[in-house]
Amino acid sequence: MNIYDFTGLTRSIHEGLSSSMSPLAVTVTEFVIIAFAFMIFFTILGLVLVYAERKICAFFQLRLGPMRVGKWGLAQTAADAVKLIFKEPMITKNADKFLFNLAPFIVIISTFMALGALPFAKGLHALDFDIGILYISAVSSIGVIGILIAGWSSDNKYSLIGAMRSGAQVVSYELSVGLSLLTIVVLAESLQFSEIIASQEAGWWIFRGHIPALIAFCVFMIAGTAETNRGPFDLAEAESELTAGFHTEYSGLKFAFFFLAEFVNMFIIAAIGATVFLGGWMPFHIGHWAGFNQIMDFIPPIVWFFGKTGFLIFLMMWFKWTFPRLRIDQLLTLEWKYLLPINLINILIMAFVVLMGWHF
Amino acid sequence: MDKEALILFFLSAIAIVGIGMLLSWLVAPKSKNIQKKEAYECGIPTVGSSYMQFRVGYYLFAIIFLIFDVETVFIFPWAVVMKSMGMTAFIEIIIFFGILGLGLLYAWKKNALRWD
Repeated sequence: MNIYDFTGLTRSIHEGLSSSMSPLAVTVTEFVIIAFAFMIFFTILGLVLVYAERKICAFFQLRLGPMRVGKWGLAQTAADAVKLIFKEPMITKNADKFLFNLAPFIVIISTFMALGALPFAKGLHALDFDIGILYISAVSSIGVIGILIAGWSSDNKYSLIGAMRSGAQVVSYELSVGLSLLTIVVLAESLQFSEIIASQEAGWWIFRGHIPALIAFCVFMIAGTAETNRGPFDLAEAESELTAGFHTEYSGLKFAFFFLAEFVNMFIIAAIGATVFLGGWMPFHIGHWAGFNQIMDFIPPIVWFFGKTGFLIFLMMWFKWTFPRLRIDQLLTLEWKYLLPINLINILIMAFVVLMGWHF
Repeated sequence: MDKEALILFFLSAIAIVGIGMLLSWLVAPKSKNIQKKEAYECGIPTVGSSYMQFRVGYYLFAIIFLIFDVETVFIFPWAVVMKSMGMTAFIEIIIFFGILGLGLLYAWKKNALRWD
């Protein structure tokens, strides 16, 4: 386990800097390094996910997807990003200009701050709060304010309807995301991501938590897909009825920021799911199979983390290209009359299982 | 350390959007055209203002959400100490969920969860 520990690397960087600089300068330098690393990661993540979405969508529809720019179209999204920078930013006649420009900031701030709290590998963890799950659910729910502002300030009826739908949807499904995560917190006894991962050393919670953990995982995936405004819950930007929903009036790079935020939000939801239910960067172990476990230990934790997250992202893309879009009444019925009661009862069952000591 | 890092992430996010918008403002073409400033709806001029009335259903769900979200915040600390407190915590959460469930049932029976 120890060969892939990042704490040694971060400590040697810290000591190397401390030997030549004052403590304040060391802190500033480290902050600049972290900020640049996350900015680059954020951008690359967006480009890779958009490419993956287009390719996966194409394969589901028996097409090839982007093929012209670069080998297998690999440079397509980078080219698109450059193109969007060179597009004219337009604004409608009666739009509220201040709010119109403020909305992308709020959406990106919410996404970026949530991204910082994710545990990528042992020791590779920027913000390890003791209230990690509460922090992430609090910060990522700020994003909906950006969407509401975008829809309201655009002076476009489609935008307004899209924003209102998005508001009702995101706040509803936030409950189910929070409650399904709490089902596992009952087992893990902590809200801190590093401790939740450490508690899964003997096995992932989805296997050890009996049926309630499985139910919680299913609810989490459904509610997570809905919270990120992705199909089949993409009512906020239903192309066939609202042109593009809340970002109809946005063009150029401002539109790109909304797009980027949507994809990075999907990554965050998948990463939380992978961390809480599937053990984060913990390798897959089977009971007493010492040889098998040793081989699994050789795969670096960062590969495990991105592998699990990638699998959940693929699952969410699979949902999007398989199921037809829901109506707003079906959407709210699903949350309030099915997922929420199921979730409340599920937590009680989980608490009972923990009380009786039936979990593994 | 962590609180400063929070400010760091806040500022970096602003920097990403700010630098992007600045770059776009520098290199993107700008042309004046009165038609371009129309709302992108259906090609003909929009009828009426876009800041109009919309259905009350959205508010109803927002209010129900507000109640349930506050309840969820109460469940957070409970979930952490559940294992160590044992039976006491379990009985208390049954009472708590009972009251919560009654609230949901009331909203359900009052047709607040129906969309028509």
